[in-house]
Amino acid sequence: MRRIIKPKRLVLILLVLVPLAAAWAEYGDVVINMRAEGEGMSPVVYPHWFHRIRFQCSVCHVDIGFKTKAGASGITMDQISQGRFCGACHNGEIAWSVENCDFCHSGVPGLETGVQGGHETSGPGYW
Amino acid sequence: MTRYSAPRLLLLLCIAAAIPASLADDWKALEEDELHDPSNPAISILQDPEEALSVLAPDTAGNQVDWAEALRQGQIEPRASLQGEATRRQHDTDIVMKNTLDQPYVLFPHKTHNEWMSCEMCHETLFRSVLDGNAISMAKILDGEHCGVCHGAVAFPLTECDRCHSVSAQSSTAASSGAVVPKQ
Repeated sequence: MRRIIKPKRLVLILLVLVPLAAAWAEYGDVVINMRAEGEGMSPVVYPHWFHRIRFQCSVCHVDIGFKTKAGASGITMDQISQGRFCGACHNGEIAWSVENCDFCHSGVPGLETGVQGGHETSGPGYW
Repeated sequence: MTRYSAPRLLLLLCIAAAIPASLADDWKALEEDELHDPSNPAISILQDPEEALSVLAPDTAGNQVDWAEALRQGQIEPRASLQGEATRRQHDTDIVMKNTLDQPYVLFPHKTHNEWMSCEMCHETLFRSVLDGNAISMAKILDGEHCGVCHGAVAFPLTECDRCHSVSAQSSTAASSGAVVPKQ
């Protein structure tokens, strides 16, 4: 069977392969800015690479319940303070506590929520 | 109107794979990655990627780390739970997917994935646990479905065609009785 790819979709697909010159984020970095800047804080930059050295994927994505789509988990600081999401570790016991605002809220203003990465993650739709 | 067949698309993908590979060099310091705010007082405290990643099994794509190999060599020991106890169901069946047009068959190793995640990460949401029960296509994967939930975002990127399309139709693996082979 011959499957046809529409030219528009092909352009989208090729965009995935062209690294954006301006994006030097580490592969898999996630910007979380659904609420941060609206609340007067810098966007959060979450480094996947740092965390996967220490924890297997399903600890966060199954046990703690982070969805695999950026922005879909609906994380709030209240929840984190109550031990949910990031707060499951960042509680001063397993990892440093949420008092260190700048450690997470470290992004430049204006970043959009999504998976970043300097190599191949610049598209398409889902992320 | 020009139309592209799936084989031609895959060829384009493979050719394009050389582009990011040639651009991969060292890791950007956080203050230079255009994501972190250089004026953030914590920037000097946060670890730079190079310090952690340059000592792990090298790769040419993604984080420039072969994460599976780093795990095998014991360079990293990521916890299986918050407290570190591992009580995970193990599954090591390989699946050979043959409906790949003129591309080599796909070999999916459960073991490599199981070393990073529990069954619930994929089943029964991303993939039904039924052979031939998932209508997977490269277009969907590139759209972030199925394998594309992780590959292209955090696991090795979709430019690395031959890491999945790794089984020649003529090879012994393709005919191996040890492989679970979905019907075509």
